[in-house]
Amino acid sequence: MTSIILAIVIGGLFGFVLDRVGATNPTIIGRMLNLTNLSLAKTILLAIGVGSVLMFGGQMLGLVNVGHMSVKAAYVGVFIGGLMLGAGWALAGFCPGTGVVAAGTGRKDALYFIAGGLLGAAAYMVTYPSWKASGLLDSILGGKVTLGLVPGSKFEAITALPGDIMGLVLGLGFIVLAFALPDRLAGQPGGAAQQPAE
Amino acid sequence: MTLNWKIGGLMLGLVFFAAVLLVKPIGVSTQFVILDGIAADLVSPDLVTQTDEGYTSSNAYLAKSGGKYAKSVANPLNYSLVFVIAMVLGGFVSVKMRGGLDKAERAMPALWRANFGDSVAKRNIAVFVGGFIVLYGARLAGGCTSGHMMSGMMQTSISGYLFTAGAFAAAVPVAMMLYKKEA
Repeated sequence: MTSIILAIVIGGLFGFVLDRVGATNPTIIGRMLNLTNLSLAKTILLAIGVGSVLMFGGQMLGLVNVGHMSVKAAYVGVFIGGLMLGAGWALAGFCPGTGVVAAGTGRKDALYFIAGGLLGAAAYMVTYPSWKASGLLDSILGGKVTLGLVPGSKFEAITALPGDIMGLVLGLGFIVLAFALPDRLAGQPGGAAQQPAE
Repeated sequence: MTLNWKIGGLMLGLVFFAAVLLVKPIGVSTQFVILDGIAADLVSPDLVTQTDEGYTSSNAYLAKSGGKYAKSVANPLNYSLVFVIAMVLGGFVSVKMRGGLDKAERAMPALWRANFGDSVAKRNIAVFVGGFIVLYGARLAGGCTSGHMMSGMMQTSISGYLFTAGAFAAAVPVAMMLYKKEA
């Protein structure tokens, strides 16, 4: 039962914050992806950095259970799937998480996203054996690996560097990147279009 | 009202940290498969079956990794599915607290309207197709923006970097092609 309460609290907060950072609004996603307004990219970079620093810092202090880490396998399909997700993300302006939250905020088009998503996931379930047979799901670069070896974790590493220190340094790197990233990389700086449409 | 990126990024980072501190890293796209499985199992109850060791399925994808997806289909009241349902409620509470969306925005986002006009059917077809590609790709990749990009890179996972490279390599050119007019 505890896990269900945690699911409600953390899931609820996640949905709330995704809406507040603008991630449920396809206009804000589109402006990030066409490089005309990178605020959301800064938000994401900062979030990854903060999460990383707290997690690895907490692990080093013995406050965070290393066993909670869950690293996914690397295989060629990760990149191909990433390309597909990216294309659909740009077209719809939703990714799986933000699409679901956007439906909660009253966006009717998000319901069509969820319907398309359910069909897409079902199509993958049916076609999975062909992908499996193609070898594109076979592990590359060591499979479930992190950049450095994280003490106490069950995952291998791609380098011999200490994974917790590396995680901390990379986390700080993400934070620096969030600050360094310009407000926009394309379009007219200072144009009227920079004002939010809402 | 969108939060300033410094406050928003900090809050989002704290949520990702809270998840890994208390339970496990955040992920969403698997639940589309679980929902499909629950629906399909209602129509044909033989889809997911119990075994001595746990659960399995006549669908190879649900049966993979020792039947962990089959198990979730058989037990819908689990952490990951409730998490996603709670996300919807979180979004609902947030939008109510900021005064709700206007009618035009509920139908389609401003950037889409500026570039493609206000046909609701056109928008909904595009989003449906987009949803199909996004979830097909996410399942092929084994995760989405939450699980691979954010949770993955936060844990210095190689697969997170691989996924993110793919996602932006496609998303940026497609968005630049589609959204030439700013809104």
